[in-house]
Amino acid sequence: MNIVVCIKQVPDTDKVTIDRETNRLNRAGVPSIINPFDENALEMAVGLKEKYGGKVTVLTMGPPQAESALRDALAVGADEAVLLTDKKFAGADTWATSYTLSGAIRKFEAFDLLLFGKQAVDGDTAQVGPGVARYLDLPMVTYAREIEADDGTFRVKQVTEDGYDVWDVPAPAACTVVKEANTPRMPSLKLKMRAKKADIPVWSADDLEADSEKMGLKGSPTKVVKIFRPPVKMNKEKLEGEPSEMATKLIHRLKERKLL
Amino acid sequence: MSAEIWVFAEQRRGALAPVALELLTEGRVLAEKSGYTLCAVLLSAGDDDIPQELFRYGAEKVYRLADPALAEFNNDLYAPALWNLIEKEMPEIVLYGATAVGRTLAPTVAVMGYAGLTADCTELDFDTEKNILLQTRPAFGGNIMATITCENHRPQMATVRANVFKKEPLENPAGDEVVEVPVDTGGHGDRMKRVESVQEVAEDVDLNAAQFIVSGGRGVGKPENFKIIHELAEELEGAVGASRATVDAGWISHHHQVGQTGKTVCPVVYIACGISGAIQHLAGMQSSDVIIAINKDPNAPIFDVADFGLVGDLHEIVPEFTRQIREIKGRSGN
Ligand SMILES: Cc1cc2nc3c(=O)[nH]c(=O)nc-3n(C[C@H](O)[C@H](O)[C@H](O)COP(=O)(O)OP(=O)(O)OC[C@H]3O[C@@H](n4cnc5c(N)ncnc54)[C@H](O)[C@@H]3O)c2cc1C
Ligand SMILES: Cc1cc2nc3c(=O)[nH]c(=O)nc-3n(C[C@H](O)[C@H](O)[C@H](O)COP(=O)(O)OP(=O)(O)OC[C@H]3O[C@@H](n4cnc5c(N)ncnc54)[C@H](O)[C@@H]3O)c2cc1C
Repeated sequence: MNIVVCIKQVPDTDKVTIDRETNRLNRAGVPSIINPFDENALEMAVGLKEKYGGKVTVLTMGPPQAESALRDALAVGADEAVLLTDKKFAGADTWATSYTLSGAIRKFEAFDLLLFGKQAVDGDTAQVGPGVARYLDLPMVTYAREIEADDGTFRVKQVTEDGYDVWDVPAPAACTVVKEANTPRMPSLKLKMRAKKADIPVWSADDLEADSEKMGLKGSPTKVVKIFRPPVKMNKEKLEGEPSEMATKLIHRLKERKLL
Repeated sequence: MSAEIWVFAEQRRGALAPVALELLTEGRVLAEKSGYTLCAVLLSAGDDDIPQELFRYGAEKVYRLADPALAEFNNDLYAPALWNLIEKEMPEIVLYGATAVGRTLAPTVAVMGYAGLTADCTELDFDTEKNILLQTRPAFGGNIMATITCENHRPQMATVRANVFKKEPLENPAGDEVVEVPVDTGGHGDRMKRVESVQEVAEDVDLNAAQFIVSGGRGVGKPENFKIIHELAEELEGAVGASRATVDAGWISHHHQVGQTGKTVCPVVYIACGISGAIQHLAGMQSSDVIIAINKDPNAPIFDVADFGLVGDLHEIVPEFTRQIREIKGRSGN
């Protein structure tokens, strides 16, 4: 079973601070990690490979240093990796990101399953998975918790707001994977060594089956026009007294705001 | 023909998702500012009274795509059916709830056309000079807010979080025109088969729909003590949330976890009991309207985001709060 996993390198959001003067993100010195949800997608892929055989290919679009995310993925069991990097990709919104990734995946050899994380912890949109699936005309089951394969069909358990749905979809299929699916493994020493030496092809816009006018900032229908810090709460209030007094005051405040 | 704003009227099991009514209520404001006509688009089996409800919340027109195959969400069928209609009518704006369904359908539709899609908005406005929608959303785990526009592509689309706008019915329905749209689901027939659909989550975990969320953290002390959290939530007709520390300790199921690696919630009132306020927890709840923190440590970071801070022992404050609410309810209930 051949599986492709799309992973994104993200700044460790715990460590990002905001410049109070310019309202820009201070990214300098902030470590980059594999998007945590993508580790679950990767674990799902490696687990399926161990069960059914085949190989796992990881793909990322990002600056040259995103290569380290690919090596981290190889160290937990991915077999091959491809890095998409080009100035033309910069500033892409989810439409252009989906377009670019699908232009690369079209060049891959036939695969059975295409996996994504539930969402990226920086952009937080959860839009790239369904977007790529649409470009490649694959059935997409979002929020997958379990995936089993049986004779060309995947049975996928999808987390819904009030429970779960079970879907049968024919290969090739696409899924986004939730955190509850599994616990990502740690890299093994042996794989780490191999990952270090692995040869990772780098593709630019010209290598893809896609129109570079539709990539990056230029190809993106949406534009971020303003970034600001969430407004700080102005009217913070400490309620004091005995527990019963505090409770009474709280009820009073909630009633004032017509919340009770 | 005037330009239109559409709200995707998501239904599950024949019941309308509340977020659709919230979007219509907010859509009235946008329609007023833009001069556009507010419409709803409903995909369903067709045997429901949902259009009446949509008119009552401000839809002047309802596009209905009725077909037994559309009874429940199936992306392979919904996306082409909706896109075919969008392509024909070309509304200026299409809004979806940022639910599991909305966040699957909208990006698919965006790619079928060449439409911009802003994710998970918490604020919408209309720029009357440029005639564009201003879409504001949190990103980087709630650490920043971004305003996003889509100037050159149509429609302008956004998914919008549940519970950020209040839903308010009109006294009189805004319209009565139901446009029955012939359904064209494209060529995928039954490529995706739903084998089973299970409702397993108790009501007190529907964190997306809840107006009130009462969350417990490590300060709750032990699993049995979650009882007081559940009792308060029940009294407020709300849901129970939890910090990761309590989920990892096995005190409560992961369905309840709020935060960066759990659920992002935005209730009207969030009550954090015995939660310190780690950045990963804040990422999941800090856009709640009103935040109440109960913690015995006056320096706990949760107080930095709390509208109302109660310093003290949650084991005393929470039951007392529950008791007093029960008391007022008892008084007004008869
Ligand atoms: C503040 C801010 C707000 C933004 N808001 C929007 C918006 O509302 N709409 C919009 O269209 N764009 C938006 N963008 C742009 C968006 O972040 C980028 O397009 C980004 O490349 C992909 O979106 P995401 O991070 O949300 O990924 P998601 O769609 O959340 O990612 C889902 C999955 O797709 C895969 N994936 C995502 N990116 C890559 C990649 N580069 N390489 C390989 N796999 C990947 C991973 O498996 C990931 O788990 C915003 C950017 C910023 C800085
Ligand atoms: C990558 C990553 C992702 C994470 N994702 C999440 C996530 O999604 N959600 C999440 O919640 N966490 C997440 N965490 C964990 C997070 O960093 C914190 O460890 C966690 O939120 C702490 O939970 P807590 O507040 O319940 O416990 P603690 O930090 O131990 O706080 C307990 C609080 O209870 C108070 N207290 C104790 N007894 C009482 C009493 N009797 N009455 C009143 N107050 C009392 C204490 O003063 C203290 O402030 C993540 C961490 C990482 C590294």
